[in-house]
Amino acid sequence: MKMTKLSALAMTTALIAPAAFAEDMANELTLVSWGGAYQDSQNKAYVEPYLAANEGVSAVWDESSAEAVAKLRAMNEAGNVTWDLVDVVASDAMRLCDEGLAAELDHDADLAAAPDGTPATEDFGDLLVSECFVPQIVYSTTFGYRTDLVGAEAPTSVCDIFDLAKFPGKRSLQKRPIDNMEWALYCDGVAKDEIYDVLGTDEGVTQALNKLDSIKDSVVWWSAGAETPQLLADGEVVMGSTYNGRLFSAIAEQNQPIGMLWDMQSFDLDGWIVPAGLPADRKARAMDFLKFATDTQRLADQAAYISYGPARASSAPLVGKHAVLGIEMAPHMPTDPANSGNVHTYDYEWWADNRDDLDAKFQAWLLQ
Amino acid sequence: MSDTTQNGPVLAADGTPLKRSLAKALRLQKLRALMLIAPLLLFILVTFILPVGDMLFRSVDNRIVQEVLPKTVVALESWDPASSELPDEAVFAALAVDMKAAAELKVHTRVAKRLNYENPGMSSVFRKSGRKIRKWDVENDGPYKERLIELNEGWADLELWRTIKTYSGTRTAGYFLNAVDLKLGAEGVEIRPETERIYNTMLVRTMRMSLIITFSCIMLGYPVAWLLANLPTRKANLLMILVLLPFWTSLLVRTSSWKILLQQQGVINDVLVWIGLVADDNRLVLINNELGTIIAMTHILLPFMILPMYSVMQTIQPTYLRAAKSLGATNWTAFWRVYFPQSVPGIGAGSILVFILAVGYYITPALVGGTKGTFISNLIAYHISTSGNWGLGAALGSILLAVVLLLYWVYDKIVGIDNVKLG
Amino acid sequence: MADASNNDAFVEFERVQKSYDGENLVVKDLNLFMPRGEFLTMLGPSGSGKTTCLMMLAGFETATHGDIRLGGTSINNIPPHKRGIGMVFQNYALFPHMTIAENLAFPLEVRKIGKSDREAKVKRALDMVEMGDFGGRRPSQLSGGQQQRIALARALVFEPELVLMDEPLGALDKQLREKMQFEITHLAHRLGITVVYVTHDQTEALTMSDRVAVFEDGRIQQLAPPDKLYEEPQNSFVAQFIGENNTLEGVVKEISNGVALVQLDGGELIDCKPINVTKPGERTRVSIRPERVEYNKERLTEGVHTLKAEVLEFIYMGDIFRTRLRVAGNDEFIIKTRNAPDQVRLKPGQQIEIGWLPEDCRALDA
Repeated sequence: MKMTKLSALAMTTALIAPAAFAEDMANELTLVSWGGAYQDSQNKAYVEPYLAANEGVSAVWDESSAEAVAKLRAMNEAGNVTWDLVDVVASDAMRLCDEGLAAELDHDADLAAAPDGTPATEDFGDLLVSECFVPQIVYSTTFGYRTDLVGAEAPTSVCDIFDLAKFPGKRSLQKRPIDNMEWALYCDGVAKDEIYDVLGTDEGVTQALNKLDSIKDSVVWWSAGAETPQLLADGEVVMGSTYNGRLFSAIAEQNQPIGMLWDMQSFDLDGWIVPAGLPADRKARAMDFLKFATDTQRLADQAAYISYGPARASSAPLVGKHAVLGIEMAPHMPTDPANSGNVHTYDYEWWADNRDDLDAKFQAWLLQ
Repeated sequence: MSDTTQNGPVLAADGTPLKRSLAKALRLQKLRALMLIAPLLLFILVTFILPVGDMLFRSVDNRIVQEVLPKTVVALESWDPASSELPDEAVFAALAVDMKAAAELKVHTRVAKRLNYENPGMSSVFRKSGRKIRKWDVENDGPYKERLIELNEGWADLELWRTIKTYSGTRTAGYFLNAVDLKLGAEGVEIRPETERIYNTMLVRTMRMSLIITFSCIMLGYPVAWLLANLPTRKANLLMILVLLPFWTSLLVRTSSWKILLQQQGVINDVLVWIGLVADDNRLVLINNELGTIIAMTHILLPFMILPMYSVMQTIQPTYLRAAKSLGATNWTAFWRVYFPQSVPGIGAGSILVFILAVGYYITPALVGGTKGTFISNLIAYHISTSGNWGLGAALGSILLAVVLLLYWVYDKIVGIDNVKLG
Repeated sequence: MADASNNDAFVEFERVQKSYDGENLVVKDLNLFMPRGEFLTMLGPSGSGKTTCLMMLAGFETATHGDIRLGGTSINNIPPHKRGIGMVFQNYALFPHMTIAENLAFPLEVRKIGKSDREAKVKRALDMVEMGDFGGRRPSQLSGGQQQRIALARALVFEPELVLMDEPLGALDKQLREKMQFEITHLAHRLGITVVYVTHDQTEALTMSDRVAVFEDGRIQQLAPPDKLYEEPQNSFVAQFIGENNTLEGVVKEISNGVALVQLDGGELIDCKPINVTKPGERTRVSIRPERVEYNKERLTEGVHTLKAEVLEFIYMGDIFRTRLRVAGNDEFIIKTRNAPDQVRLKPGQQIEIGWLPEDCRALDA
């Protein structure tokens, strides 16, 4: 009897505690993401469950992740940051962190541990590339090609992009130096582990741009992830780079005659940052959501909607089948051993330091 | 009243000077008129004058260097940028103090960004060093010259120090120089290396393509405007609706439809291949180049050419043509010598409108222009929203504004602005 | 001149018809022959077809049927610029973007006349209209009358044999118009050019023309010199249209010795000259000009029929007196008398007796 009373008391406290906390939290949450299938996967995997568990809280989406850095800079300058959580790629997170626009986090304290008790820092491991950043997914920028337009022999190497004789026609590349410069050097004979050393010199930059020059007239430059799948579907390009998830939906969900080329795929991370200087109530709500949305189960759930790998090691075994198509998702993940035989290891820090220089040079090259 | 005083000021009936009396009588009227336009005046001030002023200010603003590196700037005053010696220990010590303070506030990246515009490569030196200097104890850890160079050999680069010294003022011409492919070096203004020269090319391209677009609009719009002005009212109204139709469709929709029409697997190429004019493996490249921009923008801006032309042509009476013919002119001479000159004000108004709109366009070139068919405004947009180099964006914007005003002035000299009629 | 034979005709319209819509004829069977050097006016209310005729002659409208000849050759298929006809437009149509001298030089330039020749001709033409100093100005800097002169000079500068004028004085005030009327006729006669002049102002037509063609309903109602037109209108439309006119209606009682005895609807009898009436019993409308009515008994011819009249209104107009009477039930009967020293000024309410010479009273169609 006594025991029951005590446990009842404990239960009551446990029930009341979150409610008490909730009073110090804002009830509205402004989330910034990329729109499209990716945002849908976030919505289904953790935003809807979170809102269901927290009555009275509402979430607003802003599809501005592509301009997140510029917009956050402008908001900061104006002294009115309206965003609570911003989904950005790792390099943007590092830039925002360097510029003091993203709040620094204590990953072990702020994030949930794995089910077996492994602290967050260990569970995320190397993927915690910045103090301000909580990765959600591992995606890759890789190539898709039109199976019916490339001829009898399908491309097998990233260097086929640069081979106009073997694969004539237009190809689409992202309108930025990242990845393109590394692929160019790699295909110009630079060893994989020397790429960033070479790219760090003026001669290396020239070498990469010269290599890109050889296909410049055949390149359609994209800036939104949806462009390459569309260009491939229209037959405007024979091959092109884009995010692997986009290619997955074009192939598996829309049955387009497109093939995947996983060679030298470039891993990147996408995750949350919390803008610096939020009022206490909004920050509390953002942190509460962040803890929920990045736990092991939530990240594994997300993989049921889109073919991006969860950033937690503990989530990987939980990845199941596609929520609608019912196919196994594991073979479509960039991290699957069959796909990651030869990968390009993207150096975040190098790019965070050198992005400004290379952007200027690449932009000038592009317009010349 | 006035003949009472022959030489002095003319007086009103009550003896006050007539001028003052008149001014008094008109003051109330003027005040009332001013009140009526006050909302518009305020609106223009807030939405036009102030932003343009702010843009002009940003294009020369360089306070960031002094704000972030105050001690370094002062310490550098005694250093001669022409010398082949690195600055002395005092300068490095000042830099260490400045950098630590800046890194703690995370503002060192901003000065890094600023200086990187002038000397690409400096950003990474600042960023890399900043991350480590944060942990230094700047009171005691000397000597800083060695330590800093050890940290990043970029600090041993004379060019870096010259850049800091050159850009230590609160005002700079750097952005404007950059906007015309120049830079301020140690020995004054110099031309940027070839790989960095893009803005002049872009400016010339923008002007050239805007002229082509304006000219295409004249050629396509003139006959339509003529028809509008000369058809019976009912048919003219129908035609007018067709002319205005594009106005009622979103710009993005129109531009995207051009994409569908013009791409290599698009409608136009399909038709040409089907007719047999073009081989299937040799389809025309109509998009992602200059041609694509010219086609799409000519279409989008055409109404702006037709409407002023139409309103001018409407006022040209048909008797002028009859008179010319009765005087012995052929149809062509009558048109060319009599009708055309009278329609020139319409062409002028349309051209100014179309040209100015074209010069500042960026959505359409961005969507259909690829890299060869983009305008300087795309670069401005790039600097404002992507690279974050607002100063350069502002300088480019100011130059664009100046060029448009200059062209306007030239136009006034050649054609005369009173020869422009919008209706 | 009225019966100029076909052979000397410079301008000829032969059985010309014009329709714009294929349903109505604007010009119905027009026949007109003009000798060289004539000043002919086409007069008529708006919509009567006069301007259409002019435009067909100029070449801006094509005849639906019939033949238009100039100097003996058909010009139906010759475009306007090859017809060599000078034309003055209602609103002058001076080219606003050219100076006066350039306007005048235009017809010479398109005829490829050399520069020095051109300048001499322009100067002569400007002097001719007394505008020698205005060559460098723009049309907008000139007054209406000055523009009119320039338009005239421009139509004449290339020495056309035929000049068409489409209501050229319509926009001028009365005084200027009268002055210009005189100048235009004077110039036309001096230069010996043939002029076709269109107007709806009958005074203009009467003062300027050698002959006047009165248009109505797509037809020429009468083609005659001004004096004949005024004094001997061929039908009641012409009588009504040209000058002021009193009309009385009645039936022809008898015609003898070139005088028709007409019984008015009120029963009164008057003597008239039969014009469109041939036999007793026909209805007629008789027309008497106000200035031909006499009320001074001493001046009336013995034996003519007279009518009783009541003075309704007396208007003093300076040179003349205008008196409105009630005659045979008509309240709008006007008489005009010269303001002479011995002239009687009638008073409203006065009962008088009026009469006229039989030849001044014309019995026309009803």
